[in-house]
Order: sequence, then C-alpha cells, then structure tokens
Amino acid sequence: MTEELILLDPTAETEAVKRERIAPPAALDGLTVGLLDIGKARGNVFLDQLEEGMAARGIKVRRYAKPTNTKVAPIGVAQAIAMECDVVVEALSD
Amino acid sequence: MQQISDGFIIVAKRDCPTCTLLEPVYDALAKEVPSLAVCSQDDPTFPDSIGDVIDDRDLEQSYHLNIETVPTLIRMEGGRETGRVIGWHQQEWREFTGINGLGEGLPDYRPGCGSMSVDPGMAEVLAVRFGDTNVTSRRIEIASLEDDIEACFERGWSDGLPVVPPTEVRVLRMLSGTTRAPDEAIGCVPPNLAGCTVEKVAINAVMAGCKPEYLPVVLAAVEAALMPEFCMHGMLCTTHFVGPMVIVNGPIAKAIGMNSGENALGQGNRANGTIGRALQLVIRNIGGGIPGGIDRATLGNPGKYTYCFAEDETDPHWAPLAVERGAPSGGSAVTLYGGEGLLGSFDQLSRTPESLTRSLAMSLRAIGHPKKANAHDALIIMSPEHFRTYREAGWSKARTLEAFEEALLLPGHELVRGAGGVAEGMPEHLAEQTLSKFRPGGLNIVRAGGIAGMMSAIVGGWAATGERGSEMVTKEIGT
Repeated sequence: MTEELILLDPTAETEAVKRERIAPPAALDGLTVGLLDIGKARGNVFLDQLEEGMAARGIKVRRYAKPTNTKVAPIGVAQAIAMECDVVVEALSD
Repeated sequence: MQQISDGFIIVAKRDCPTCTLLEPVYDALAKEVPSLAVCSQDDPTFPDSIGDVIDDRDLEQSYHLNIETVPTLIRMEGGRETGRVIGWHQQEWREFTGINGLGEGLPDYRPGCGSMSVDPGMAEVLAVRFGDTNVTSRRIEIASLEDDIEACFERGWSDGLPVVPPTEVRVLRMLSGTTRAPDEAIGCVPPNLAGCTVEKVAINAVMAGCKPEYLPVVLAAVEAALMPEFCMHGMLCTTHFVGPMVIVNGPIAKAIGMNSGENALGQGNRANGTIGRALQLVIRNIGGGIPGGIDRATLGNPGKYTYCFAEDETDPHWAPLAVERGAPSGGSAVTLYGGEGLLGSFDQLSRTPESLTRSLAMSLRAIGHPKKANAHDALIIMSPEHFRTYREAGWSKARTLEAFEEALLLPGHELVRGAGGVAEGMPEHLAEQTLSKFRPGGLNIVRAGGIAGMMSAIVGGWAATGERGSEMVTKEIGT
C-alpha cells in the first residue's frame, strides 16, 4: 500500500439514523388531524376537500401552511403540528 | 527514528558541494567531540570518513530537526537543542564546537544547499509520511489493484466526470491555499444540513481539480450558497433547470487566471471550470444533493457541472456587479445567482442604447415563458460590443436598468391565459393591467465576453424568486 492509495473521505461522514415509522392509527376517531399545505399551487384545493370530508365524519382538523414550498417548514410550524395533532397529512400537488 | 539527546548532529547530502567540501571537518569532529551523529539525506555511504552514518533518505531526521539548509550542525544537550549553525562559516563552526583550527585550509565561507526536506512539494509529503497533519477526515484505503479514479466513481463521489483522487498530500497542498484552519466550520450544507469544514471543502476542491490558490474563492462560493436567502435547499429540490452560477469580481480573478473574456462561459479555463465544479461537489458529497435523490430536476442544465466565470472589469464606466451589490471597491467577492441555461441574444444593427434595450428586452420577455410576468429573474451577461453602445451614449448601469424596466412593461391582455391561443399565462383578472416582466431587483447585468461579437447572453432564473425562493447573494472572498 502506498500513501497515494489512501484517500480522504469527501463526505460528511454521517449515517442516517434509522427510525421505525409509527404505525398509522387504525381509525381517526377522537384524533386531531393536521393538514399541512406546503405552498404548491392548488394544494389548498386538495386539503379543502379533505377537511370537508373529515369534518363530515366528525374528525377534528387543524390547518397549517408553509410560507413557501421552496424552503423547509419553519420550526414553529413543525412544533405546532407535533404539539397539536395526532396525525398529519402533507399535500403535494402541481 | 534514532533519538540523539546529547552531542552534535550534522545533516548533509552528497549532492551538496559544501557538504562534500567539509569531509575533513566531519572527520576532525568525530575525533574531537564525545558524540557526533551524521545524517545523510541522499547517500548512506556519505561522508566516507564516518563509519555509522544515519541513513536519512526518508528525511525523518531532517523533517523533525526542521532542516532547511545543508550542512546544518546542531548541538543537543539533555534532549534539547541548544544551538545550530547553518552552512559553512569557519569561524562560527570553530566557536560553536570549541575546536580551534577546525577546517584549516578550507574557504572561510560557503552557503550550503537547500535541504531535500524542503524541496518544493516535500513539506506535505513528509507531514503525511510522519503522521504530522491536523487533517481529521476518515482515511479510506484503496486496494493496490484498484484504480483510484474508478474507486471514487464507485463510492458515489463523482458528478459523472472523473475526479482527482483526494490523497492526503493533495488535500494538505490545497489547504495551503487558505489561512483558515481545517476544522473551521463553514456551515450546514443542504439538503442533509450536514456540517461542513474548511477541510471538507478542500477535499472536494481537490476532486474538482482546483489549484490551492482557488480555495478562498471556493470557500466564499460555498458560504454564499449557504446564505438562507440563496435557498440552496429549494434550488436542489426543484424540478426547474436552475443551479448556482458563480460570478467572481475583484483582483483575485486576474490573480488566479480566471476567464472573463472570449468563451468566458465555455470550456478551457481551469479556474472557471473547477471552482464551479467544486461548489457542486460540496453540495453532492457533503450535503447529499444527488440527482435521483433529492435533486429531481426535470432536465437540469449543463451548468450544474460547473457554472462560473469572472466579470470583465476592464472598463470602469460601470461598477462591477459585487460593488454594485455593496462589496468594497477594490476587494474580491463572489456573487451567486440561481441560473438556468443561457439564451443568446444577437443584435448587430442597434447603434443606440434605446434600440439595443428594446431589442434585448424582446429576448428577455421569453424568460420563463413569454406570457409570464413578475415570476423569474434574469441576468444579462453583456458583451463588450453591446456594452460599448451604452458606454458611448454615457448611460450608467442604473439608467440602463431603468430603460429595461420601461421596455419590459407588458400589456396584461397579451399575457393572460388564453391570449394568443395559448392556455399558459397570467390570471385573467390582470388583462387590463400593465405588468412588469421582472420584480424590482429581478434583472441584473454583468459584463463578460470577447471583444468581437454583437451578442449577449441572458440567463433566466428560478421560478421562485425573492423571499419565496432565491435571491442573488454576494460574499467577500477572504484569504
């Protein structure tokens, strides 16, 4: 082995933490559902219909929105969803 | 390594005429002083008069003794150096050793030669050889029969073109291009928001093919890309064409040989080519922004390999882009712009700024879509022959931009959905309004190109601009 054949790792040398997904609830009865509009065009149309359908079934719904689809959700929005909801639906449409 | 705690040490090489001239001196010293060690850098049989020469062909003694010139005579006492003389100066050697008559008959003075341990490029080789670097990245062994360039491909480190394998020696040489410490944090690179240090940038700059003197520009480009208003994360994720374009202003562009002239946006200039590529490799390798992963661009553009040039600052009539954006005059800075591919705009007949502005505005109207307004940004890369028209008319850049704004006020009825038999367009309620093609500050001009050619380039921006997307950003280049 020569020194030229030792290379330095150009990556961040990180490993993704593998986390098990939480099992989805069997039913939404009694749960609060967050609906997150990521800011893409007409995502609100899809979420409006979801909200309408859920409300008709008596499911509690809360609405959230990212200021723009080009950036990750502000921490405050993510924390509010985590604190106030049991499940969340993100809408992507274009 | 043999440790010499007490006595005299001579470091010499046969290839040095002064060292060979002093053979009688070595012989005399060996007889007169209690302890003498002679280290030979190039030939363990030299000096012939010394029986047990220390073979220093690997330069370990020379490196650890910090030898710059041979011969060097060092005195050690209790494990500590208590003095040294460099080259040959008869009186000095006599006083230093306490031996009167040493070197009788030899010339009074000879300067000696450079130590092999300070040959060009040797400092980094020896630092690596003797484990004396402060580089902390993981070492990856490549099997002796494995091709090192192929190994880089296989590990996913390449943008699709071969990269320079980042050996420790190459990385140390790259780090010599900056005064910043290798462990200095640069920021978190999207999309993984992975921590990035000067060292990691240097590794990727090696892979891109940069020279060490480019590193401050690469570092500034990375820092600019990480400014929140540039929105590198979103630019990676979008299906749009865009990628970061790097524009370099100031004296460093000339110092490192960047191209702002003929073919400035094309191939053939190492600094232009590799600085832009290094930024992309940082995003790929550190941030994890990989095509097919989070980068799902519909088509992308060739500039996502590299998109970097210097502004032509030879004519002071217009301020350089970075100065216009607040960077100190006379300094060096990078400006990053989220750009798609370029659109050539060809006008050989306009001889007034009014005509040329209207002419270029016709091409600008096509950015994003001819029926879109206040959506995409644009950058005009103005050639010298087009610039001449504005300069000779005495137009400032501000006045020129105002003229473009006026020329790009568009009647809403031409832009609304359905107009011209095209479904795409602005919402119908805007039909009676006059719409600006670009948002305030959304059109910029930079100068580059060869002296011949009445054509300029227009580079469209991302569909998401301003606070809802990407802003052009400028960052001063440090050392």
